[in-house]
Amino acid sequence: MSQKPRPDNATALVTGASKGIGAAVAIALAADGWNVGVNYRSDKEGAEKTVKAIEEAGGKAVAIEGDVSDANGVANDLFTKLEAELGPVLALVNNAGITADGLAIQLEDEQWDKVIDTNLTAAFRMTRRAMRPMIKARFGRVINIASVVGPRANAGQANYAAAKAGLIGMTKTVATEVAKRGVTVNAVAPGFIATAMTEDIPDAVMEAVPAKRPGTPEEVAAAVRFLASDDAGYVTGSTLFVDGGMSA
Amino acid sequence: MPETVTPEAVETTVRDALVQFGPEADDIKLESTFEELDVDSLDLAELSQIIEDEYGVKLKGEDVGKIKTVGDAVDLVVQRAG
Repeated sequence: MSQKPRPDNATALVTGASKGIGAAVAIALAADGWNVGVNYRSDKEGAEKTVKAIEEAGGKAVAIEGDVSDANGVANDLFTKLEAELGPVLALVNNAGITADGLAIQLEDEQWDKVIDTNLTAAFRMTRRAMRPMIKARFGRVINIASVVGPRANAGQANYAAAKAGLIGMTKTVATEVAKRGVTVNAVAPGFIATAMTEDIPDAVMEAVPAKRPGTPEEVAAAVRFLASDDAGYVTGSTLFVDGGMSA
Repeated sequence: MPETVTPEAVETTVRDALVQFGPEADDIKLESTFEELDVDSLDLAELSQIIEDEYGVKLKGEDVGKIKTVGDAVDLVVQRAG
């Protein structure tokens, strides 16, 4: 008995896909035959650029606006809209994430709350909504973009670390809940990846990375692409580190 | 548009769903417990989704925790659709 293959017309929803890792993930999934919902909060231009790149390569995608940190039914709206436009949403990549750094002694409640809301709570709400079509289809892929930060310390990011560590915990538990329905839930934990989010990180940080270079969004996207594929049907509850050896 | 909520219709919906989850149709009686039928919490969560899609009746986690038999499930749906 093996995992059934991906159904026709299957759609992937990638949150925060207007740039960086999210955009690279959207492009990689489309190259693998997924229809893709390119979610953005405010960067419509970036999302449309991602859609265009997908279409020029022969894929199918739509830009879809929604702030996943908004508790008021945004998850349901995104899924319902995408299902109507492209087909059943059978892959979800919880990529949308923010930082609001500061030492714990100085972090304001608002900084803590917004990072937890966007990076962890939103991922939970989206995953909860994703279970509907995936369980029904007996096929699903949830990939949570976590981080080396969380499993590892990073001073100034207690909120980010808590959210990302929480995301890994949530990944494991939800994975065990739905495994018998052919739905896998995994995390990808990027290290230092060359994107806008990591622009200001000093070069000295590379000393901690055995590969002595930042990773690329495409290298993270390749890991997501694998986990979303039919080949990864027996991989669930796991965290794949894409970090140049940093957490080894 | 929700289907008409009669006990007979709901029972058919519940039976058809349970058969998908594994139990043999002949083993499913109104007095059968979910435990006897080897129907677990994920199966019941999926049953709730099927009920909601078919009848517009939303069953929450705490509702599902209280129903023990097939008959309990039918009665609850009919009552909620009331």
